Amino acid sequence: MTRTGPGRMFDASHMPQSALGGAVFDGFARVQEIGPLGMISLRCALDHPACPAAVQAAVGLGLPAQRRIIMDGQRAVGWMSPDELLLILPYADAAAALQRIAAALDGVHHLAVDVSDARAVFRITGPRADQVLTKLCPVDLAALAPDELRRTRAAQVAAAFWREGDGYTLVSFRSVAGYVMGLLSHSAQRGSELG
Amino acid sequence: MRLNCPLCGPRDRREFYYYGSEDYLNRPAEGAAPQAWDDYLHLRDNPAGVTKDLWYHELGCASWLRVTRNTLTHEILATELVADLKREATA
Repeated sequence: MTRTGPGRMFDASHMPQSALGGAVFDGFARVQEIGPLGMISLRCALDHPACPAAVQAAVGLGLPAQRRIIMDGQRAVGWMSPDELLLILPYADAAAALQRIAAALDGVHHLAVDVSDARAVFRITGPRADQVLTKLCPVDLAALAPDELRRTRAAQVAAAFWREGDGYTLVSFRSVAGYVMGLLSHSAQRGSELG
Repeated sequence: MRLNCPLCGPRDRREFYYYGSEDYLNRPAEGAAPQAWDDYLHLRDNPAGVTKDLWYHELGCASWLRVTRNTLTHEILATELVADLKREATA
């Protein structure tokens, strides 16, 4: 089935595919699978002097404070753990960003991996979007800072989310994308609003 | 039950993986007597009162914590990063 060579026609199978093809559920809040987004997992000592330059070279942003995310349009950098950052950027830019990171951290112990295709991304929007997450995650959303990147669990699986626009953006592993879409949709069922 | 992760703040028990006694931090040196290894692997106190054990913030910042808690009152008395303990021990 693989077509190669100069005469190859446009082949949709080579295009990046999001996990669920942009699935949408409209309940008391809207759930939408988005992406694919470019994502790079960067692990290194965040206090190493070369680290800020590497992040700047990759996405043009500074280092976030502990548990924070810095967003600017399609690019973001989030604090995941004391030695891990999540870089978000347009899908097509990930490979070039990896090269810039490798150059900036040449000789510095680090790990930078394109995890774009290992993740699924969801938007939960609407005035009651917080209720969708409240039912699934052991999180006090009232105590969540506006620019906080919250790692936690959604029912049985790992998740991370943050406030963005009129709702939340949530990231999970792609392998459980269907499960997470099911969770979010069920949690957003009309008639199941809280209070 | 909530654990106060030094990096993340108060977090629900369900974000953590429980590993066991802090004895796991005191690994015998290479060549130690079999009895030392037996103690390390198998012998545990079962205190009614204050105990120290290891928890992993698996669904959070991925840090190992040493939690001091009271098995009678369920009080959490301290949560510390194992990385900090090791750093202090080697300083």
